[in-house]
Amino acid sequence: MGEQHGTREWLNARAAAWRKTAQLVPALRDRSRATLGEALDAVESYSALARDLATARQLAPRSRTTAGLETLYAQLHALISRKPPFGRSGLLSLLRERVPAAVVELRSRIVAIAALMAVSAVAGWCLIEAYPELIGLFASNAMIEQVEQGHLWTEGMINIIPSSILSISILANNIVVSVFAFCSGILFALGTFYLIALNGLLLGSAFAFVHQHGLAAALFKFIIAHGPVELSVICLAGAAGTAIGESLIRPDRGTRRDSFQACTARVTPILVVGAALLVGCGFIEGFISPDPRFGLPFRIAIGTSYWIFMLLLLSGRLFRRPLVSALEPPA
Amino acid sequence: MNWCKLRIWSHFAPLGRTILVYDAAMTDDQVRVQGATGVDLTLHVAGPGNRSYAFLIDWHLRLLLALAWLLLAAALFKLSLNLKTHDALLSILPAIGIYLLYHPVIEIVLRGRTPGKRMAGLRIVTRQGGTPSVGALLIRNLFRLVDSLPAFYAVGLICCFVSANRVRIGDMAAGTLLVMEDGGAAKSLERVSAIANNSRLSLDGLELIDQLLERWESLAPSKRKAIAQSLLERLEPRGAAGETGVAAMDEAQLRTRLHQLLHGGEAAA
Repeated sequence: MGEQHGTREWLNARAAAWRKTAQLVPALRDRSRATLGEALDAVESYSALARDLATARQLAPRSRTTAGLETLYAQLHALISRKPPFGRSGLLSLLRERVPAAVVELRSRIVAIAALMAVSAVAGWCLIEAYPELIGLFASNAMIEQVEQGHLWTEGMINIIPSSILSISILANNIVVSVFAFCSGILFALGTFYLIALNGLLLGSAFAFVHQHGLAAALFKFIIAHGPVELSVICLAGAAGTAIGESLIRPDRGTRRDSFQACTARVTPILVVGAALLVGCGFIEGFISPDPRFGLPFRIAIGTSYWIFMLLLLSGRLFRRPLVSALEPPA
Repeated sequence: MNWCKLRIWSHFAPLGRTILVYDAAMTDDQVRVQGATGVDLTLHVAGPGNRSYAFLIDWHLRLLLALAWLLLAAALFKLSLNLKTHDALLSILPAIGIYLLYHPVIEIVLRGRTPGKRMAGLRIVTRQGGTPSVGALLIRNLFRLVDSLPAFYAVGLICCFVSANRVRIGDMAAGTLLVMEDGGAAKSLERVSAIANNSRLSLDGLELIDQLLERWESLAPSKRKAIAQSLLERLEPRGAAGETGVAAMDEAQLRTRLHQLLHGGEAAA
């Protein structure tokens, strides 16, 4: 009887505080910012709720009140551990610190993946040079017929589909390829190796085939504006994918799952920047590459400057923090 | 909330009525996380069924939204639905965008929830029980590409069945969990705390009456009358109605008496 009385007294004493907290949680959860007073209120409520929950677990472990307190405590825990909204500072931190750090971490892998792609391209070239009939494995009949008639499949592309639509479909396709190269790293990097090697093989075989029909220069002219960045981003995604694979083969944390999660968080910024770069590539490929009005020097200039832009972006130099002299008095 | 096992509530057992009660000790699908205060919090992990339920609601929603856009574009703005025309920029591409970007965009805006998850009572949290960051939500959605292979989210579903904490590959990569949020318990807490000041009942009694009144309409008249009588006999053996009073009361009187007890009437227990 005494215990029941104590429980009732406790319930009566704390009920008002719970009601207040129950109203505070949804109000704060639906907003991205809170005032200092609200934040302090939330932290104080969290501490008080923790004490109440511990008491409730003792007094009435299987009651709905305890279940309700558990729910409220979990909601408040999620609320107070929320990170600040991803705004300008988050973006700058991504570009200044996280992307360059990921590039440094992946340096050797980027070189290895680029080498794999180059070797596969050479293999594709040699294969088609030696056995021209094998081009049927890599290209559609329509493409083969067009090249045999002396025309690239890219000719007249913008007369069929508007450049804007073409750009979007190309950039979407490229982003999907990059994401696949990244995600397939989960198969202990074998999926990534397969995708990169296949892309290299396709590139080499296509060049060999058009070379046999005297169109290699035309294909080079088509891809030079967008190709360097596009292929580089695919290699970057592949390098990130192999890092994921290695995190599963040789975990550097307690468990494979922890290692996988930590590695994904470290290398994903590269993929985000890569996707943004592929958007630019898509527009170049949709508007400039198929347009015969643009000459080779202009295309080379575009391709080179966009590639340099990519290097600056990945190295963090584009958004470098301004240097502040130690002697300069604070503002 | 896992309602997978039955437990007979001792108060109702004599009436032969079994009631589903959530018991924290019953299931393995729980994660205990250390709170900042040192008091653990318990997260109830959603299983493949709950996930699929939420996903199906969201899938229908995004499909309907995309179709609505197409309909609007074609019927109201007279835009062509041919992908090889400029009109596709305003008709087909936004619809595809709505369909494909629904999950990442809504999850980021609503901080780990979507309308489907809300309806299914689910939300995404980090493995520490916190609100997931934008990066974690993006990673989670990137890996949908793998989880959806080869079709109908087969990889993701199989992964949910076999993995600890019932997570798909996207959740493993992002360090997130899909947990159940017991909205009913939170509402019940609010109600109990609202009436606690007026009532002189014990916590058990308060909750029992509150639940019975909450379910009153859904119970068969004979059953609810029997439960109410049993409850009143336990809570006020020498109550206002006297020794034979409770047995003589009709349904309306029983309900009124329960209301009175809940809101401040006398009770022995």
